[in-house]
Parts: sequence; C-alpha cells; structure tokens
Amino acid sequence: MPIPEVPKDVDWREFFVEQLIRLMGVSAIALVLVMFLFLVREGVPSLVEVPLSNLLGQRWYPTFEIYGLMPLILGSLLVTVGAIAISLPLGVATAIFIGEIAPSWVREILKPSVEVIAGIPSVVIGFIGIQLVSPLVRQFSGAPTGLTALTGVLLLAYMALPTIISIAEDALDAVPDSYRHAAFALSATEWQTVWRVVLPAARPGIVTAVMLGVGRAIGETMTVMMVAGNAARMPLGLDAFLRPVRTMTATIAAEMGEVARGSTHYHVLFVVGLALFIITFLINLAAALTIFRQQRGGGGRFLA
Amino acid sequence: MRIPRYTAQKVAFGIITVAAVSVLIPLVLVIGYILVQGIGAISWEFITAMPRGGMREGGIFPALIGTIWLTLGAGVTSIPLGVGAGVYLAEYAPDNWFTRTIRLAIINLAGVPSVVYGLFGLGLFVIFLRFGMSILAGSLTLGIMTLPVVISTTEQALTTVPQSFRVVNASLGGTTWQGVRKVILPQALPGIMTGVVLGLERAAGETAPILFTVAAFFLPRLPHSVFDQTMALPYHLFVISTQVPGMPIKIQYGTALVLLVFVLTMNLLATLIRRYYRRRRQW
Repeated sequence: MPIPEVPKDVDWREFFVEQLIRLMGVSAIALVLVMFLFLVREGVPSLVEVPLSNLLGQRWYPTFEIYGLMPLILGSLLVTVGAIAISLPLGVATAIFIGEIAPSWVREILKPSVEVIAGIPSVVIGFIGIQLVSPLVRQFSGAPTGLTALTGVLLLAYMALPTIISIAEDALDAVPDSYRHAAFALSATEWQTVWRVVLPAARPGIVTAVMLGVGRAIGETMTVMMVAGNAARMPLGLDAFLRPVRTMTATIAAEMGEVARGSTHYHVLFVVGLALFIITFLINLAAALTIFRQQRGGGGRFLA
Repeated sequence: MRIPRYTAQKVAFGIITVAAVSVLIPLVLVIGYILVQGIGAISWEFITAMPRGGMREGGIFPALIGTIWLTLGAGVTSIPLGVGAGVYLAEYAPDNWFTRTIRLAIINLAGVPSVVYGLFGLGLFVIFLRFGMSILAGSLTLGIMTLPVVISTTEQALTTVPQSFRVVNASLGGTTWQGVRKVILPQALPGIMTGVVLGLERAAGETAPILFTVAAFFLPRLPHSVFDQTMALPYHLFVISTQVPGMPIKIQYGTALVLLVFVLTMNLLATLIRRYYRRRRQW
C-alpha cells in the first residue's frame, strides 16, 4: 500500500536502496525465465536426437535408446488422480470442521498440526511408507509386493492434505457471515447452511485448493520413488493401482545421478523436467487467475 | 421418507469429525512410532561420530553438519532477496499488470516440483557456473526454492502493519524508505521470522533438490569449504533405507528421528515466535 511521497531532496543512498529493492522484486520473474531457459537449453537437444514417435512411445528402456514417455506421464497421472480422490473429500471435510464446527481450543490444536504435516520431510514419509504402509497394502491386496501405485497414492494423499485444507479453509473463511446469518434466519440448520450456502459460495476457492493439491501431488518425488515400485510400464487396467508404477519425478530423481552429462538420456530427463515445469506452471497459472478474480492483488496469502 | 434435518446434521457432523480426527491420527502414529523405534539408536556417538562399516555402524555426524550448512546457506540466499522482494511488493509496487506478473511468477515458483529445482540447480550452478556438486550449488538451489515462501510471508507480515504507521511516518517528513527501515520492518519482523523459519524447515528436509547439486552418498569427513560436497540427513535416510542392503533397522529409525526432531524443532520455533509476539503486539 504505497503512500504518495512528498518530493524531497533525493538522497543518492536512498535512491540506490530503492532501485535495489525494485530489482529484487523483479528477480522473481527473472528466476522463472532463467529456470525455463536452462530446462530448454539442456532438454531441447533430445528433441533433435530422438524422433518424436520414440518419445511418445509406450516403452521406457533408456539403455536401449527407447525413450517412450507415456508410461511415466500416465504413472504420474494415476497416482495424482488417486491421491486427490482421497484427499479432496478428506481435506474439505477437515476444513469445514476447523472453520465451521470445531470449538476454538480444538482449532488451536488442529491448525498447527496441519502445519506439522506439511513440514514432515517427504523422505521420512517415504521411509514410513516402506516400513509400515507397504506391508499393510501387500497384506490387504494379496499383491506380490507392497510397493505399488496404491501405496504411493495413500502417502501422496496425506501429503497433499495440508495444501487442500489450508486453502479450502481460507475459502470458507472468506464467505461473508451475512450469508450464514441469512440462512439461520430462514431457520436452516447449521449443516444445511454449510452444505447449501457456505460450500457453494466457497466453490472457486475449493477449486483452487484442488488445483494446488494436484500441483503438489504431481511434483512429489522422494516418497513416490521410495514406495511406488518404479516399474516403467503402462499403468492400464483395473489392477493398475496394485502394480508398481513409475512417475516422471521419480524417473528424473532415480536416473539423473547415473547418466553421462550431455548424453541423449541426460537430455531426455531434462525434457521430462521441462514437461513437469510446464504442467505445474499451467496449473498454478489457472489457480492464480481464479484467486485474482476473487480478490484483486492479494494472491500472496495462498502461498504460505 | 425425508430424513429429519437435525438427524441429518448429526450424521453429517459426525462424518466430518471422523474425517478431521483421521487426518490427525496418522501424524500422531508416525511421530510416536519413529520416536519409539528410533530412540534406542540415539547416543552421543550416533550424533557425533562418522559412519563406519558401510554406514551400518557409527554415527551420522557429517550428514547432520551437512544439513546445518545447507539450511544456513539456503537462509543466506533466500532471506535478503526474499525480504527485499516482499518489501517491494508491499511498500513500493504500484497495482498494475507488471506487479501482477511478479505475483504470478512467485506463485509459479512456489509450485515448481522440488526435483525440477534440482535439475535447474544442476544446469545453472553445477554445470554452467562450474560450481560443481558443492555446498554452494546446493545452498543456492535450496535458497531459490525457499524464496517464494519468504517473499509471500514478508509481504503478508508487512501488509498487516496498520496503514496509520505509514501515514504518521509521511506526516513527520519521513521518506518511504525511512518508514520501511525504522517503522514498518521492525514491526513486521516477527511475522517475517516465522515465515523464514518455516521456509527453511522445508529446505532442511528436502532431498530432491540436493540429489544432483551437493549430496554425497558416503563421505565420512566434514566439508572444508563451500566448494566441497557433503552428506545430508534427508539424502542419508533415503540411502540407508533403500540403497544399502542389510542396514540395521535401528539406525534407519534413529536417522529418521534425528531428521524429524531437527525439522520439528524449527516448526516449534516458528510457532513460538508467532505466539510470543502476537501477545506483545500493541496494535
């Protein structure tokens, strides 16, 4: 909220500081551009080296120069959709609980706890996935291994929860109290008010929550790499959730350490990264635009 | 038959409460289980000794020190730049398309997957700027990843400082910068600190951005300079839980516990700063 300044004698130090601060503000744009540039720089040579039909193929065998990205893309899609299918209802319900139902002392426990969930390192979640969740999955499903897409889905769902909860909660919070009072005045119960008035009014914010949750889930790396089994096969058919799956992120993380710099395989991994960058860019752009439409200028609070 | 509406409310609220509780239970279970399983591994030697015997014996000292270095490095990178950008957005930026583009860029930076930050760090710092795999390259990568959090929490903290403070500053003949430096920033400092600590907490626990920029599989010595590679706790946990066969389970849980305590301490610190200053605040 800048206040118009009365012109004064310009102090050159002040001038310098203000220019520096302006530069720092602009640096965010520069970083996005530089990041895009370097992903393109390292990735694009592969588009020359590998024919497009190969890249769009259904098999990923880098040792035999077969770089079909479809199994990786579908793998990412499978675990992301699965995770959101679980964490959306759970997250919105929790947000309703925090925002509309819980007494304030419960709220004071729940809100920091959600922050703690967000703070648990993904590698710790992956470790717990290997130790505790995957044996359970194997037992219940009867699959030969517990390192399956389902295991990844369960853990990713939990990791996407904090994002969905906090943004959905903000969305509920932004619904004016006058809506609730009007509903009560028409003798609606609290639940009718939440279900028929507050939730519909908060819908754009909840859509944003889902989008950022998707972004969170699709970009998660370590957990998926540790628990999802990493088999680069097309995840098709109903039992795909009970088979190992490999995502785009896990492929980069698992293989980048071992490839020769400048090799075709190296360039293709950067293309996978570029694809992830573009996907999350579009998701966040869409989410940001809905935020801007709601409240001009104040997208910042949805980040923290 | 219509369900009586207060019955419907009871059922719905019941389901919602169960959902909220079921979000909490895994958190408590996970932390409790790691604590119980890992506490037996914790000893003075475990914290302060080099790993031995293919990491199956000894301690995690170099990984712990490495993570401390990287967290500090991420702070040094992200705090000045992030606070500066936050000050710009809150105190200087006019409301126009360019400012909105900056905000879009920040939102997008916040959403970029951590492993893509790793690729970026590899391409820019390790290869292009020839830092090699080093603490410098890792810190810069983690710092840039933390940047959006620092910027947005700084902006948020600044905008909660009442407008009257700015008006009074201007009425006393203070320039914008004088007002920011002497009035607004000190008032917003606790909020900024909370955000910075939460951002660095995330950086401390990240693995994917350091995979190709700094993390060493096994390096049983302390780094001598910022151009050295180092071990780091999150990567170490990944290595011993997936890459080393026959790893004693106790050491795995012990490492997970140390990492969890490291990260949760930062989380607690952030919460305490926020609580303490909220109570002391005059406005």
